[in-house]
Amino acid sequence: MATQHSRTAARFMMAPAVFLLLVWMLVPLTMTLFFSFKKYLPLRGDSMANGLEWVGFANYVRFVGSSSFWPSIQATLIIVGGVLVVTIVLGVLLAMLLDQPMWGQGIVRILVIAPFFVMPTVSALVWKNMFMDPNNGLLAYLWKAFGGTPVEWLSQAALPSLIMIVSWQWLPFATLILLTAIQSLDSEQLEAAEMDGAPVLARFWFIILPHLSRAITIVILIQTIFLLSIFAEIFVTTGGAFGTKTLTYLIFQRVLESQNVGLGSAGGVYAIILANIVALFLMRIVGKNLDA
Amino acid sequence: MGKIALKHVTKSFGATEVIPPLDLDIEDGEFVVFVGPSGCGKSTLLRLIAGLEDVTSGMIEIDGNDATKVPPSKRGLAMVFQSYALYPHMSVRKNIAFPLRMAKVDEAERNRKVEAAADILNLTDYLERRPGQLSGGQRQRVAIGRAIVREPEAFLFDEPLSNLDAALRVNMRLEISELHQSLKTTMIYVTHDQVEAMTMADKIVVLNAGRIAQVGSPLELYRSPQNIFVAGFIGSPKMNFIEGEEAGKHGAHTIGVRPEHLALSTDGGTWEGTVGVAEHLGSDTFLHVHVDGIGALTVRAQGEAGLNHGDRAHITPDPERIHRFDSDGLALA
Repeated sequence: MATQHSRTAARFMMAPAVFLLLVWMLVPLTMTLFFSFKKYLPLRGDSMANGLEWVGFANYVRFVGSSSFWPSIQATLIIVGGVLVVTIVLGVLLAMLLDQPMWGQGIVRILVIAPFFVMPTVSALVWKNMFMDPNNGLLAYLWKAFGGTPVEWLSQAALPSLIMIVSWQWLPFATLILLTAIQSLDSEQLEAAEMDGAPVLARFWFIILPHLSRAITIVILIQTIFLLSIFAEIFVTTGGAFGTKTLTYLIFQRVLESQNVGLGSAGGVYAIILANIVALFLMRIVGKNLDA
Repeated sequence: MGKIALKHVTKSFGATEVIPPLDLDIEDGEFVVFVGPSGCGKSTLLRLIAGLEDVTSGMIEIDGNDATKVPPSKRGLAMVFQSYALYPHMSVRKNIAFPLRMAKVDEAERNRKVEAAADILNLTDYLERRPGQLSGGQRQRVAIGRAIVREPEAFLFDEPLSNLDAALRVNMRLEISELHQSLKTTMIYVTHDQVEAMTMADKIVVLNAGRIAQVGSPLELYRSPQNIFVAGFIGSPKMNFIEGEEAGKHGAHTIGVRPEHLALSTDGGTWEGTVGVAEHLGSDTFLHVHVDGIGALTVRAQGEAGLNHGDRAHITPDPERIHRFDSDGLALA
């Protein structure tokens, strides 16, 4: 990229990609903003061709005023927080386990990664029908084997069940990143701590965990971004019932089930704002960790 | 007290025997250096003493008590690692205080000991820094500080100077020697550098393929090596070995003469040859001479020898300083 000529050529060749990315981001964003200020109910005959009625901030007021708004925010935060806790705690433990030399290490590691390759819809259906079904699910058989009444997972404990399903999908990702981090730990540090009289738990707390802090930060950042928008898992399991209606799902219902495009778009703008607030918080809290 | 005894200690990794049965006594307060080429088992031996590796058979005694099955933290030994193994997320103060914290020493006492150690090692100004902000020599001193505060029976050093540059290495060598003089604690030091071994040790243990080739004071090893391996390993430049007819004249399979025990002259001597490369160090000159009928010999001449590439020269060995070895490489009396 030294000469003026090659730099110009590079810009020229990058232009289509940059242009596409910009369009792909800007068009939906402007359309969402546009619709959020309009009354747009397609089933009542509203259409772009007839011209849409400008309603100002009415959609925004109505979206927040709805009785499902705050519960949806709460559900979103519980799911994101719950999955983060489960994947990081289990991820650290699994990573340490996989770091131990053992027979068949390569195959075990591939098996651990496997759930990540299963599509969200498929994995949620597998959980719903194979494990959590109160009549034919494996968990129901397990409960019956011990003489208990099978739990109706997706209605009695809908949020924990969803957290379980989503955690199962994301655990491989957390484990993989934490495993590579653990492998980069200098074994002499652990030996030094051992000589210094630190028992196993102290070595974990004072040496391994601080070493993993950066990897944990990255896992939290990336997972939060993806977990805020989980949808398929809710759609195929509870359909948003039993307190599992997240902000994403609420927007979907407003647009497609109530056929109120304007209201849904206003919700979308709230979701953008929420995601940015969370991202800002995370950057503040963990950004320091990345600098060190 | 730091008296350590190894009795018939062996170590195998799978089917490979790294250390064949080995006996060694280390007296209290001694500075012992394990030296040998890489892969000779010296680090493994140190780790066996530390307890970081289990012995395959045999016994390790510390102060007369069997310590073979005692975990590393209970052996009362402190170790300085080659990579220093400092905890990167802790300040220097916390690094040095870590063993005390693990031993549940209260905070006031902890601070007093850390500051005392920092004072000895000139680290007082750096106590609040992280290891990543220190130079190699300072990191080395923090690692030593972490060992000192425990007041161990013995210090174990695993090639501690190999990551430092040459000038710093000479400094740290002196500092560790001085530390030994002031603490009078047993120190076991592993290195592949025979200069470090010669300058620091009270007692050198030369290892070759897991076996002890010879144990003795630095000058003992220099003056009377028991075999060809020790003769060739100790001393720089390396001892010259001559086989065949010349050796036969002295009733040996091989004879060895150190470069400094060969006299050089232009007018006459025992052997005659052509000067090859001459390395001028100022205080000394190392000449590589191709002697007729014998081969290449290294000769050390005092000061600036007036000989150049291609000159003819005569060499005379000091008859008192010719080492004789039999066909198994063992020294002949």
